[in-house]
Amino acid sequence: MSARSRELFALIPVALLVTAGFTAVLITNSDQLGNLSVLYGGYFLALCVATHVVIRIRLPDADPYLFPLVALLAAFGMVILFRLNESLARDQANWFVLGLILFSATIIFLRDYDVLERYRYLIALAGIILLIMPRFLGHATNDAFLAVNLGPITFQPTELAKLCIVVFLASYLNEHREVLVVGARNVFGLVLPPLKHLGPLLVVWGAAMVLLVFIRDLGSSVMFFGAFLALIYVATARLSFVIIGLLLFVVGAWFFAHTAAHIQERFDIWLNPFHDAGGSGYQLSQSIFAQADGGLFGRGLGDSLVQLPGCHGSFPDHCAILPAPHTDFIYAVIVDELGLFGGAAVVLIYALIAERGFKTAILAEDGFSKLLATGLTAIFALQAFVIIGGVTRVIPLTGVTLPFISYGGSSIVANFSLLALLLMVSDKARRRVRLQGETRLG
Amino acid sequence: MNRQIIKLFGFLLVLYALLFGFTSYWSIFDADSLKANQANRRPLLEEQTIKRGDILASDGSVIARSRPVGKGNNPIYVRHYPQGGLFGNPIGYSFVTQGRVGFELSHNDELVGNETEFLSILDELRGHSQVGDQVQSALDPAAQEAAVNGLAGRRGSVVAIVPSTGEVRAMVSIPEYDPNRIPKDFAQLNRDQSAPLFNRATQAGYPPGSTMKVVTATAALDSGELTPSSTFSGRSPIEIEGVPLANSGGEQFGTIDMTTALTNSVNTWWAQAGEKIGKDTMFKYMDRYGFDAKPRLDYPSFQLAASGVYDGNRLLGPSDAIDIGRVAIGQERLRVTPLQMAEVAATVANKGELMEPRLWSKVIDPDGRATKLDPARQSRVMGEDTAQTLNTMMQSVVSEGTGTAGAVSGIDVAGKTGTAEISTGVNDAWFIGFAPANDPQIAISCIVEHTSGFGGPTCGPIFKAVAESILHGNSGG
Repeated sequence: MSARSRELFALIPVALLVTAGFTAVLITNSDQLGNLSVLYGGYFLALCVATHVVIRIRLPDADPYLFPLVALLAAFGMVILFRLNESLARDQANWFVLGLILFSATIIFLRDYDVLERYRYLIALAGIILLIMPRFLGHATNDAFLAVNLGPITFQPTELAKLCIVVFLASYLNEHREVLVVGARNVFGLVLPPLKHLGPLLVVWGAAMVLLVFIRDLGSSVMFFGAFLALIYVATARLSFVIIGLLLFVVGAWFFAHTAAHIQERFDIWLNPFHDAGGSGYQLSQSIFAQADGGLFGRGLGDSLVQLPGCHGSFPDHCAILPAPHTDFIYAVIVDELGLFGGAAVVLIYALIAERGFKTAILAEDGFSKLLATGLTAIFALQAFVIIGGVTRVIPLTGVTLPFISYGGSSIVANFSLLALLLMVSDKARRRVRLQGETRLG
Repeated sequence: MNRQIIKLFGFLLVLYALLFGFTSYWSIFDADSLKANQANRRPLLEEQTIKRGDILASDGSVIARSRPVGKGNNPIYVRHYPQGGLFGNPIGYSFVTQGRVGFELSHNDELVGNETEFLSILDELRGHSQVGDQVQSALDPAAQEAAVNGLAGRRGSVVAIVPSTGEVRAMVSIPEYDPNRIPKDFAQLNRDQSAPLFNRATQAGYPPGSTMKVVTATAALDSGELTPSSTFSGRSPIEIEGVPLANSGGEQFGTIDMTTALTNSVNTWWAQAGEKIGKDTMFKYMDRYGFDAKPRLDYPSFQLAASGVYDGNRLLGPSDAIDIGRVAIGQERLRVTPLQMAEVAATVANKGELMEPRLWSKVIDPDGRATKLDPARQSRVMGEDTAQTLNTMMQSVVSEGTGTAGAVSGIDVAGKTGTAEISTGVNDAWFIGFAPANDPQIAISCIVEHTSGFGGPTCGPIFKAVAESILHGNSGG
């Protein structure tokens, strides 16, 4: 069976999940939902098939499992959003259209991603501008500057910035990795990179710190710096560089945790969420209580308590017991309704996507492709870890989105672009492998 | 670079394993303690979304009902008690922040509608939200009212039981409280020195005084130790366990039989009888009546007290040092509940067989299907002959003895008075009895706390009023 046919077949479970999920929600909340709502399920599936056709034409050798896995995540998100509020699912479906258009445009018009290497400094600059933009054009939510208001649209530039930064790092490290390794010196038993090339790396560390203090976005900071360390490690094979980087980050974070009140509070809540469960610890303790209600199999779709009884404001902006059930805390809602099984399924899907992404990096021939696939996969997988880890109290809670599941346009559009780049790397790598195989056979 | 990529993937899997580990900790391993966490309001919020079933009185009038607050598809339900304080104590209350007590607590499962898994799936398919069953109680509003009016604000309690079924027709504890006040005034009611939240009928331990002589007579007659014509001297005072014991008012009697001794409540006679019977036999019959254990009422265990001889909080048995002569006349360290004494009267009325007391009579599901409860036997306390003999003796108490105030015109009444002296001039006044004596429809116990009056004159009229209300209600409907 060809790769593309496998992709099409893999969409069948997605179709089943969407149908079953929407039906379950409809049965439970039949008094509140119109029958037309189920059309959104069909609408969503038609989009997936259309995208499959684009991939079939333009990237015939690309990894067959990445797109169905992403569609599965999206289906999960759609069902949960539909359950929370019909109109959220409608908005999300519209953003999927936009995301898939951008996805198709990327793979149709960006014929060769090598062109990105040429504009790497321009891309890096764009990335930095995107990162600091919210501080000037945006407003703070939970003390962090996450979003920019452009007329009627609110958009989260960090989502796009992560693509720019990964492209830049992959390209820069691909060019300098030899000198970083060869020029390394042993200082007091510690292998240090040559000072000359240390500069740009310190700049990246500085950027992460700026992100932490200036934008107050601990989540993105961890995500960016994590992807950076992953790339350093893969490019140079020097664990000591990673350890130095990690130490620098921890020292920086520790310093700011003691000087910046908002970061310190995050840490206090993390260490003791129930201490002020009605105040600063409210979000995290509610997240944990919601998960406790889930148990092994969950309460069932539509059966968990998400809305304050007797409250008649708009939901989920008001009347939510667990704040932000459609964005930051959507994972807690999944565990509440689908139990540990549902939560584990979500984590497993992210792990499988990471596996396909790293596989792509291994199959790729040139250094830039390898580092690009590694970086894109790492930052994507880390984003899922940072938000699920925050919601489950593995790490302090921060406000990044759960890729392809959380409600929100910026995240969907940016992550579909990320997927497009990854599939392009994969197509190139697998085509080479296929042609080599055919040559050998011939 | 490939080796590093594989290691990187391995590291990521470790991170993801942490996510799985923490999720399973919250959702499975720590779930119970999280649900019990003080800060976790989810169980309470969930409770508000359930429409609790109504509680009905025996005549079908509503005692408790859940009313939706707010409009739309997301209402909360709040409990309302249309009859105010009339059923305050036996029924209790159910509110989100103050919790539940009484009948509301003991029948929570039915009222909330905890059905089988299969049924609730069916309900879900039909789009029903959770609705509880109605529970009908055996309590009769007219009898409740007669008891409340009879006590007329004096602290005390009245319990009325149908002897043949164990159904509780009246259960009153004064001071009463209006459960509708609980959400606002709970703290104030809880602090109140007169303890309105305390259900005297099931929780209070009173010295039973001479009403205990019914139990002593049961033990004496049924064990064969004594007969109705057995005699002892009725002179006063005599020494019991080395301490002088006198009759009420120091009254002197000659050598008299049991009927005379019961009719006139002669303490010295019954104390000698108690010593003759002995501890083992006395306790054997007390236990048959249900002493020394919590009554088998459909009521929360923490709101039920066992009757018996207490040393502090410890129940004593026949092997302990006890002045059995004084137990026989309801003194010593004997503590009994009004419910227990109503069960004593009901047992004699029911030819010696004790029925399990119960406050509920019927469960009606949301579709109208009713499940009626069958009466349950608790124990055979005495033979039918003994019960008949005792019945006749108790009739003389009302016709010519200390209990004439309990007489109901046109009907034979069997009863026994009791006056337990708490301190000089301060008594706990008792009356227990049943009517009609030849075909008992209702057995009643009455107590008024800390009064200057005696058992017969104080509680007799209350007994009469409650009995008349029930008997007239029966003939009327």
